[in-house]
Amino acid sequence: MSWLPIALVGVPLLGVVVAAVPAVRDRAVAWGIVVSAVVLVLAVALAAAFDHARPADMQLQTDRPWIPGLGLRFHLGVDGVSLPLVVLTALLTFLCFVHLAGHPPAGGRPGALVVTLLVLEVGMIGTFLALDLLLFFVFFEVVLVPMYFVIALWGGAGRRAAAVKFILYTLLGSAVLLIGLLVVWTQAGTLDMVALAGRHGSGMARSAQILAFLAIGLGLAVKTPMWPLHTWLPDAHTEAPTVGSVLLAGVLLKMGSYGFARIAIPVLPEGAAALAPWLGAFAVVGIAYGSLACLAQRDLKRMIAYSSVGHMGFVLLGFASLTPVGLNGALFANVAHGLITGLLFFLAGAVKERYGTTDMVRLGGGMLRRLPYVGSLLTFACVASLGLPGLAGFWGEMLALLGAFRPAAGLSRPLFLVFMAVGGLGTVLTAAYFLVMLSRVTHGRAVETIPPPGSLEPPGPPLATAEGVREVLSEAGEGAEPVEPVATGAAVAALDREGAGQETARASAVVDDGRASATGAGAAGVGAADAGEMGRARRPFRDVTAHELAAWLPLVALIVLFGLWPKALLAVTTPAVQSLLGSGVAP
Amino acid sequence: MTGGVIQSIDYAAVAAPLVLALVAGLVLLLDAFLPARPGGARVLGLVTLGGLVAALAVVAVQAAGGGTRRTFCVPASLGGEPAPGRAAPASCSFVADRFSLVIAAVVLAAGVVVVLLSMTEIAAGGDAGAGERGRIPAGEWYFLLLAALTGAVLLPASRDLIMLVVSLELVSLPVFALTALKRHDGRASEAALKLFLVSVVSTAITLFGVSLLYGVTGSVHLDRIDAALRATGDTARGMAGDMTGGMTGDMAQVTAVAIVLVAAGFAFKIAAVPFHFWAGDVYRGAPVPVAALLSVVSKASGFAGLILLLTSALPGRAALWAPGVAVVAALTMTAGNVLAMRQRAAVRLLAWSSVAQSGYILAPLAVYAVAPRAAVGASVAYLVFYAAMNLIAFAVVLLVARLPEGQDLEAYRGLALRSPAAGLSLAFALVCLAGLPPGLAGLFAKIVVFRAVVDGGLGWLALVMAANTVAGLYYYIAWTARLFAPPAAGESRTVSTRTAAGVAVAIAVAVTVVFSVAPQVVLSVTG
Repeated sequence: MSWLPIALVGVPLLGVVVAAVPAVRDRAVAWGIVVSAVVLVLAVALAAAFDHARPADMQLQTDRPWIPGLGLRFHLGVDGVSLPLVVLTALLTFLCFVHLAGHPPAGGRPGALVVTLLVLEVGMIGTFLALDLLLFFVFFEVVLVPMYFVIALWGGAGRRAAAVKFILYTLLGSAVLLIGLLVVWTQAGTLDMVALAGRHGSGMARSAQILAFLAIGLGLAVKTPMWPLHTWLPDAHTEAPTVGSVLLAGVLLKMGSYGFARIAIPVLPEGAAALAPWLGAFAVVGIAYGSLACLAQRDLKRMIAYSSVGHMGFVLLGFASLTPVGLNGALFANVAHGLITGLLFFLAGAVKERYGTTDMVRLGGGMLRRLPYVGSLLTFACVASLGLPGLAGFWGEMLALLGAFRPAAGLSRPLFLVFMAVGGLGTVLTAAYFLVMLSRVTHGRAVETIPPPGSLEPPGPPLATAEGVREVLSEAGEGAEPVEPVATGAAVAALDREGAGQETARASAVVDDGRASATGAGAAGVGAADAGEMGRARRPFRDVTAHELAAWLPLVALIVLFGLWPKALLAVTTPAVQSLLGSGVAP
Repeated sequence: MTGGVIQSIDYAAVAAPLVLALVAGLVLLLDAFLPARPGGARVLGLVTLGGLVAALAVVAVQAAGGGTRRTFCVPASLGGEPAPGRAAPASCSFVADRFSLVIAAVVLAAGVVVVLLSMTEIAAGGDAGAGERGRIPAGEWYFLLLAALTGAVLLPASRDLIMLVVSLELVSLPVFALTALKRHDGRASEAALKLFLVSVVSTAITLFGVSLLYGVTGSVHLDRIDAALRATGDTARGMAGDMTGGMTGDMAQVTAVAIVLVAAGFAFKIAAVPFHFWAGDVYRGAPVPVAALLSVVSKASGFAGLILLLTSALPGRAALWAPGVAVVAALTMTAGNVLAMRQRAAVRLLAWSSVAQSGYILAPLAVYAVAPRAAVGASVAYLVFYAAMNLIAFAVVLLVARLPEGQDLEAYRGLALRSPAAGLSLAFALVCLAGLPPGLAGLFAKIVVFRAVVDGGLGWLALVMAANTVAGLYYYIAWTARLFAPPAAGESRTVSTRTAAGVAVAIAVAVTVVFSVAPQVVLSVTG
């Protein structure tokens, strides 16, 4: 019996209730910071109270009957698998609120966003703490509606469709997951995850295990996401606001992979052994597909989203190997991906805020010169994500591949060697697309989208048609001298409409003022329009702000820490993983 | 009950329907003799409310007392069966056991909400009526409402076919009139006519099936029908080795036809596929309180009748009807969801969504042969959860429908910002109906049903339900999103929650919140 896990779930919930008080509602973001800071402190306290000498045991448990009619118990606790994820969740949520304080949401209504994010936090932390199958499912479902609203109310232009796609896909996954959990329950007669994991599948028929693993695996695979069930992810990530993308990539995807480590593999070992080759195959297809898709992306956010498909493929490959090494790698990659992709989405949000777009062609190059801090942090995050040794991204993927090199007995080694080879190819492709992106965005010559203050160059000839604007733009793209034409509002608006359809309304509204001047590289119309809207049409880009630094630096520090000292994480997960697999010693 | 032909009636057992019937008469008298004053309708509403609360108290006392009360009993020596050597128990027509008390409580609680909605509806008719044309006659309205509720309380306690059919008609007949009470409203008249035709046809079908059942078994009491069917089944097995041998084989076929006909009659009442098509038009045409009555009270009593018939009279034939129920459940939820997706009017959407929800209530019955208790428990539990969530939705819809153009889904744009109480209540109801947190009541209801179906081994039905959960979410979440979307330019109309309907919303929300936090309340009663 411990109050810490209850407090971790209860504090954000209490925060939601208190946020309804009018006096608090007016300072909602500050309240959000306070609540999430308390949760973070509690999470750190949890890590401190955790007995690191025996991370394989479930600790700090609390177990109360909730709904006897369903056999549902309010059973929470942590072990070495869930502890890092709980701390990660608390940290990322806190950083999101810090970021929010300096960068109010574009959709307005910050109070509502704070409430939504706090509900989201309840669901995320609860999922990682739950030790009862149905309780896990309840928390798993809690995140759906808040995330739907985060995307649907504060998202980009295509938010409505993206949000609907997100919630329908993930609910379909959840419903199948529920069926799988109920199959486990009818077969095993208990919902207690600790007891179920302790049995290692004894007492359940092999066919039932395969069926249950199929259902549970499918349900979790939608969330993780596993190719080919990933199609909701790029849209959701692209359209979500910065904090939404960060939490979606940083935590929500982890709920799927955590389910594999906590339920699917330990509870259903025979089912896992039977279906592991399939899981591995889909995982490596995901790795290759994600990397290739990244190469084809023009949009920075979309590219990062697809890179998540590839990275989560490594996580799934680690699980599929069914070895302690592979599982360790998967859990490490999980946390590393949460940190790195969280940082990447923060940076993409920062880019979007400054340039008004994340389209790489429109961004032009030279970010390092124009925004040295943002540019170098972006470079750092990309390099970490592509798995440079010495940074957090490296270890997880290496261990996952190592797991595939020597899969568990009973799995076909040649098959997994093929998987490993494809995965290895995937790491090369990952490096390729990140480097291509960096060379396009951070390097090269900066193209002045917005003139510096005071420099009032003579405007070029006015362009009246979208064709004209595009001509000028394409010329500039080929390295010609930047021309400074003044596009009429209609022309820029038309170009926008023909383009990705982004921000059409905003652009045309502002451009109609006649203030915007379209210049050299891509983003002309939208960039200027955005800047115009912010009332700083004649000011240069602002480099990193204090709030952004506060939100980003902890992530940078942790990426470096786990990169240089992976044992900090592995020491916690290794015994837990061995106990999950039921093997006493590491191979 | 000592073998005589004079029945002794246990008035304590029939107290709840009796109270309702007496109050119904009282309301009619008050309406006739009270001087016509502006507040008259309100007085009648309060009297009706008092009657409902009294009946609810009776049910509560009976439930607290525990045990089972029976009355209108026929001793074993009378009736179709020749008395066997041992003393068989008497067969009773009215049994107040846990099942009937739970359904009665649901019906009465829903009745309270419906009366509160009616008070708002009638008051609104009085305000805007401009003379006689739009006015709803309050006395008749409350009388009919009480009559329907009497039938709905009577029905779950009925244990013979005649009682079942009579009380089912007692639920249905007043509803036609209620639907049509908004005179000079073309839509309402059309709805009433449609409902009337459908209902009469279904009653005829039911009666035909009942007569066949009586012919086969020689009894109208459910327990005796069961015994007789088991006896013939055993004889048939003994004679020919299977059920379709010789003379009794013909009887088995007649029984099958009878089961199909009786079940079809009830399927009309609960708007199950293929007898669902009336729901949209009737809900839309009827006044909103009547639509709420149809979707909760009428549906609950229909389900109660169907469950009684299948599990009390025909449990021995479960192998015959259970697969049919499974297929009907799957079709009903699918058809309801598909039809709901394309609706633009709030009430029509709720109509089809409640058809879809019927499918979930029906689904556990398909595994009755495997786990009888769990199956009925899951069905009734879902019904209770559904009643609470659905009533919130109808109550808010009534409030919004009073605005001009309020029937259209577009009227809900930004409701949560314009009228937070109403908007948030509706949002809560919708996520509950969709079965997602924070609407935990709906989530647990779905889990109960899924558990029963998976436990019973009907994997395909569970998968159909999973797909339908997603299909249902599509329109529920679209509507919910509309509540939070920025209101259309110039739209600042608010709905008043300071009316009787506001109280109704508050009651329904409070009950649903309790069900969300402590679903055990429901599960311990129904399990």
